[in-house]
Amino acid sequence: MTTNNEAILQVNDLHITFNTFSGKVHAVRGVQFDLRKGETLAIVGESGSGKSVTNKAIVGILSKNANIERGNIIYRGADLTQYSERQFTQIRGSKISMIFQDPMSSLNPIMKVGKQIMEALRVRNISKAEARQRAIELMIAVGIPDPEKRFEQYPFQFSGGMRQRIVIAIALACDPEVLICDEPTTALDVTIQAQILDLIKQIQKERDLSVIFITHDLGVVANVADRVAVMYAGKIVEYGTVDEIFYNPKHPYTWSLLVSMPDLDTSSSDELLVIPGTPPNMLYPPKGDAFAPRNRYAMRIDYEEDPPMYRVSDTHYAATWLLHPNAPKVEIPDVLKKRIAQQTERLVR
Amino acid sequence: MINSTLQPVLEVKNLKQYFSSGRGRRKTVMKAVDDISFTIYKGETFGLVGESGCGKTTTGRTIIRLYEPTDGEIYFNGTLISGELTKEIKKEVTRGMQMIFQDPIASLNPRMTVKEIIGEGLKINKLCRNEQEMLDMIYDILETVGLTREHAGRYPHEFSGGQRQRIGIARALITSPDLVIADEPISALDVSIQAQVLNLLNRLRKKLGLTILFIAHDLSVVKYFSDRIGVMYNGKIVELAKADDLYKQPLHPYTKSLLSAIPLPDPHHERNRKRIYYNTQIHNYEAEQPQLVEIRPGHFVYASPAEVEKYKKGIPL
Ligand SMILES: Nc1ncnc2c1ncn2[C@@H]1O[C@H](COP(=O)(O)OP(=O)(O)O)[C@@H](O)[C@H]1O
Ligand SMILES: Nc1ncnc2c1ncn2[C@@H]1O[C@H](COP(=O)(O)OP(=O)(O)O)[C@@H](O)[C@H]1O
Ligand code: SF4
Ligand SMILES: [Mg+2]
Ligand SMILES: [Mg+2]
Repeated sequence: MTTNNEAILQVNDLHITFNTFSGKVHAVRGVQFDLRKGETLAIVGESGSGKSVTNKAIVGILSKNANIERGNIIYRGADLTQYSERQFTQIRGSKISMIFQDPMSSLNPIMKVGKQIMEALRVRNISKAEARQRAIELMIAVGIPDPEKRFEQYPFQFSGGMRQRIVIAIALACDPEVLICDEPTTALDVTIQAQILDLIKQIQKERDLSVIFITHDLGVVANVADRVAVMYAGKIVEYGTVDEIFYNPKHPYTWSLLVSMPDLDTSSSDELLVIPGTPPNMLYPPKGDAFAPRNRYAMRIDYEEDPPMYRVSDTHYAATWLLHPNAPKVEIPDVLKKRIAQQTERLVR
Repeated sequence: MINSTLQPVLEVKNLKQYFSSGRGRRKTVMKAVDDISFTIYKGETFGLVGESGCGKTTTGRTIIRLYEPTDGEIYFNGTLISGELTKEIKKEVTRGMQMIFQDPIASLNPRMTVKEIIGEGLKINKLCRNEQEMLDMIYDILETVGLTREHAGRYPHEFSGGQRQRIGIARALITSPDLVIADEPISALDVSIQAQVLNLLNRLRKKLGLTILFIAHDLSVVKYFSDRIGVMYNGKIVELAKADDLYKQPLHPYTKSLLSAIPLPDPHHERNRKRIYYNTQIHNYEAEQPQLVEIRPGHFVYASPAEVEKYKKGIPL
């Protein structure tokens, strides 16, 4: 994976709220990251942490009740938060494409899939025959067997995995340079998921795509990511290279995420280390570190003041008071330490 | 934990569940469950794993008699419960087998309070003598599943997904069932909540000595939670073994492909992962019929006589 440091997309101090009957939902509260050319950045976190909202802002598909309160999204020198819908249609699909968990949400159920891919190509001003040819090529590229025949079929005649391939073909139709994948494999079985992940990695390499991959599954993150951003309650609480996040995590929330589900080595006599309680209600975001009430290592300051991002390495940052020079020394949980040791040991063998 | 006396709670023998649709020449038959056999012993958790559509849910629903089995036998505590049921046996099945569903929202009646939802099983089975006893039992079970008696008067919509699943568990456990069928009980929940519910189930099964049929598609979870595991593919059990055996020494190529597809939270491992693909063409079942055969003690594989020879010699297919 060749990544250079050129940022293709930058999100700065992004704040997004939603007007609702019960009040203002503070969905995104100061998100900051950049996406580099040719890399896969995974955004991981529990549902409701603001992953989708952040990325919907990038492609300009936030719902009507959304407000971008603060911050900007810089793409090729322009601030996308200032874009009109007309400006977004110029880049959506052709520069930045997005695919979702449910392929049916992006497909027209009563239009033949071949035609749907051709429609996506139409913005390019090519002849019908040429568009058809390109559509078939795309179907081959995303691994649809028998594309000539499948071209004439409707979405319901495809399995979940094959539908997701069609959606990927549509997303690639105009050769975007950024592909945002929002939980694209969450609804799929493991063997199908593995195929779709392989496909995304392959087309990324072939086309030098920059990918943002949203998921809550850490196995998937370990499989696809070059870098990882961990989100909690509308903020990125830790980011780093995939190895830094998995083998040297610093934020207690990342620790909890890493050990909350069993892996194949977990014995059933071990209790899982659970995160107590539920994520905060974003109508009333808590003062201080939003994770504090669920964090067994929380200190008094966590309830009062939000921690800054502390530098762990040039590529690794975490927002936790535990990294303050004067903080008491807190070790990562034993289960996690044991798991990481096992993983490194296996590597040596 | 497998009881040393190995008392079977559930025995499934050559169970088939076919669904047919259409008529005449257009008639198609869906063999959702196609001749499976297994036994669950008192106190153990038997995991059923496989990809969607392989027949896990149908197996569970047929066992609890939501469907009329197409063929085969089901014994519950030694009594035949497939076929016509006498009133007595029906009563025993309703009390003795309980189900926990995937979707805690859809499986709870929105117009009933938690007390009514949980109390229903007590009423139907006449397990309490008076209102006070019923309330005591409900409060008791609410505490057992990590809720409080204050929750008894509320409605399902007032609870989070994880709490609703706790209500579903309380409802299932109130009749002290001999067998609990849990069909993807955590699949619909958020990650951090999944771990909470999994811990709860784990604690309860140890404390109450529950016997569980645990259905799921997530192999890491099934491995963590089960004593023995059956792997289903296309309506059949293709491999059945102790949890550790199955993961450390899988035999059937489908099991191997399934195991090789799980992404693990370990980047080194992911970079070097070798996928194994399952191709049904490698089997030649024209001449010789496959069967579930014991290759090693307690480790069964669905195989033809020729394949059995290979497995026994340690040659992969
Ligand atoms: N259209 C909307 N109206 C009100 N609240 C919304 C809307 N869309 C999302 N939210 C809220 O914003 C928060 C973040 O949601 P989202 O980004 O979808 O989370 P996820 O990390 O699961 O993708 C959640 O609290 C969600 O309820
Ligand atoms: N009531 C039904 N009528 C017809 N077909 C069914 C019915 N229930 C399940 N099936 C079919 O049987 C197969 C097995 O389904 P199911 O038991 O739900 O699988 P799983 O739980 O493993 O995902 C599927 O192909 C499904 O479509
Ligand atoms: S107390 Fe009597 S009436 Fe009330 S639920 Fe129990 S058995 Fe039924
Ligand atoms: Mg989302
Ligand atoms: Mg099912």
